[in-house]
Amino acid sequence: MPDIGAQLWLLGPEIVLAVFAFGVILLDLVIKEKSVLAYLSIAAALFIMFTMFGRQGTAFGGMFLADGYGLFFNFIFLTSLCLSILVSLKYLPVERINFGEYYGLMLFATIGMMVMASAGDLIMVYLGLELMSLSVYVLAGFMRQSTRSNEAALKYFMLGAFASAFLLLGISFTYGLTGTTQISGVAQYIKDNGLAGNPVLAFTTILYVAAFGFKIAAVPFHMWAPDVYEGAPTPVTAFMSVGPKAAGFAVIGRVLTVALGPVSSEWTGLLIVLSILSMAVGNILAISQTNIKRMLAYSSIAHAGYALLGVIAGGPEGLASMMNYLLIYTFMNIGAFTVVTLLRTEGVKGEDLSDYEGLSKNHPLLSALMLLFMFSLTGIPPTAGFMGKFYLFVAAINAGYLWLTVIAVIMSAISAYFYLRVVMYMYMKEPGTVIPVQRSTAGRVALMFTGIAVLLIGVQPTGFIQMARSALAGFGI
Amino acid sequence: MEQLGYLQQYVPVLVLMLVALGFGLGALLVGSLVRPKRPYAEKLMPYESGNPPVGEPRYRFSVKFYIIAMLFVIFDVEAVFLYPWAVTFDKLGLYAFVEMIIFIVILLVGYVYAWRKDAFTWD
Amino acid sequence: MVSLQWYVWLSLTLFMVGVFGFLTRRNIIMMFLSIEIMLNAVNLSLVSFSHFLNDLRGNIIVFFVITVAAAEAAIGLAILIALFRNRASANVDELKEMKG
Repeated sequence: MPDIGAQLWLLGPEIVLAVFAFGVILLDLVIKEKSVLAYLSIAAALFIMFTMFGRQGTAFGGMFLADGYGLFFNFIFLTSLCLSILVSLKYLPVERINFGEYYGLMLFATIGMMVMASAGDLIMVYLGLELMSLSVYVLAGFMRQSTRSNEAALKYFMLGAFASAFLLLGISFTYGLTGTTQISGVAQYIKDNGLAGNPVLAFTTILYVAAFGFKIAAVPFHMWAPDVYEGAPTPVTAFMSVGPKAAGFAVIGRVLTVALGPVSSEWTGLLIVLSILSMAVGNILAISQTNIKRMLAYSSIAHAGYALLGVIAGGPEGLASMMNYLLIYTFMNIGAFTVVTLLRTEGVKGEDLSDYEGLSKNHPLLSALMLLFMFSLTGIPPTAGFMGKFYLFVAAINAGYLWLTVIAVIMSAISAYFYLRVVMYMYMKEPGTVIPVQRSTAGRVALMFTGIAVLLIGVQPTGFIQMARSALAGFGI
Repeated sequence: MEQLGYLQQYVPVLVLMLVALGFGLGALLVGSLVRPKRPYAEKLMPYESGNPPVGEPRYRFSVKFYIIAMLFVIFDVEAVFLYPWAVTFDKLGLYAFVEMIIFIVILLVGYVYAWRKDAFTWD
Repeated sequence: MVSLQWYVWLSLTLFMVGVFGFLTRRNIIMMFLSIEIMLNAVNLSLVSFSHFLNDLRGNIIVFFVITVAAAEAAIGLAILIALFRNRASANVDELKEMKG
């Protein structure tokens, strides 16, 4: 064994988070005040966020790759973890699900995502994906007394297990074909043996696209998303609309663009179909929704379609724009879900679009922030969403996909209808009954943080895209 | 032909299986040939220790069995990892030993959790 | 000596049996079992690839798949128990509280 200490150091972020996750599970047995566990989890995430950078290398025979790409995604996962926990603090007692396991499961799901983003081997991809998915299935069904939540968990579980079986079949056939499961090894074998056009390889490509398409909720593998997003506890919806989606994209970057990189023409076509369908179905079906969680579910399907543009464009520019977009999406989507969560108080669900009627009269600051998030999700300058889409579209045009970009722009214009409808409800309608808002300091911190991030990236966008570009150094594309 | 030689070890097993099958079928066949047949209504009824059947044969049983099944499944599969490790223990050395200790500690956390949550009590 | 393709075809057939079962069965437990059949079909193909490639990697993956399948089964059962407690049914067609 070559220097175990150095290898463990590369795995440091995951190990520290795992230790904290077990600590949370055990402390939960003795601690009555559950918010302590929440702050502990946030402290762990922040600690890792500030200490993880600078790791570079491979560990355990190429199973684990510590590189800028993985660390950039770790940053996204940890950010979404912190924000979701902040949002949960006051929400859990309202729903009477204030259990410590919640935070433990969040941490485990994040570890799964981090393993996925840093996987150097297909089996690590599978294990990370399962650790993430199994934790999120339970989180989706965390409101044990609610049949909606049970239903969400069961649907997510059944379809998720079904999809992961397809991933496993893909891994098995890749192994049979190339004799290895190492991502760089698979790419090397395909290149050396000229496997382009091999039917087995085409078959595995389809399996991978289906399995990852399910995780990022791209049409036609999106069936679960609206029901699961609606039924799950709102902070969990916020978490899983960002984390697992980003993790899915991280794995797409590793498996499709690296392992199957030599035969990229075989999967690009599939992804183009997925991207167009996701943008179209997501944006058009969102129009008819009256439940805001469902509307944001369809919007998240559409955003998966936009982010796929970056993967289709390929190369460092395309991937960097995809990573940048996912980071921006993290801030704006969790921000929007934070507003939805804050409207959930004792006796008031606050999930219906009609609950937003005249919200600006009673809660001007909250409405202003919701307006900001809605503008950003639409892609209106000077918000972060605009800059994210801008970089994606530029990458796609530079890669020669002008027509695809035109479709994406048209779809963004359609999306303005239902995002701005929320704004219209808030500012142009008379309030019916006064909707109370949670008195949650933690929720407000999350809201302020996401709001500032969305504005700041909107006016000063170069920082993160530069970070994403430099993270891709040595990625192997 | 080497493969055939390998398979030849199993010929006695095959013979045993054939004999067992033949004996079972033969006993049933001989029984049905020599026994007297005098059926009447009560004799043809399905019975529970001689009593007429009461109620449906299918009924729902307690959901607690599922919890036991769940715990069993979780703590059962650890053997998949423990067994190969135990077999090659002297070749793997200290590194694998420490790894296995960590693995078992993780399982132990799960065990303590389940225990403290009263998952092992029936009522 | 049985050649590799027979194993692969057997595994693919089993996998399709699982897929078919998952898509046609309406009882949740039966759907779980179909997923288990799919996973075990993959295990079969992994082990046979491993044997014919003379490489242990496939066998090791099978160990992990078995473990993950067990964890998956446990979580599936847990979710099912929660559902049972709220409504006494294991039929997926009755899960239609949310629509649209």
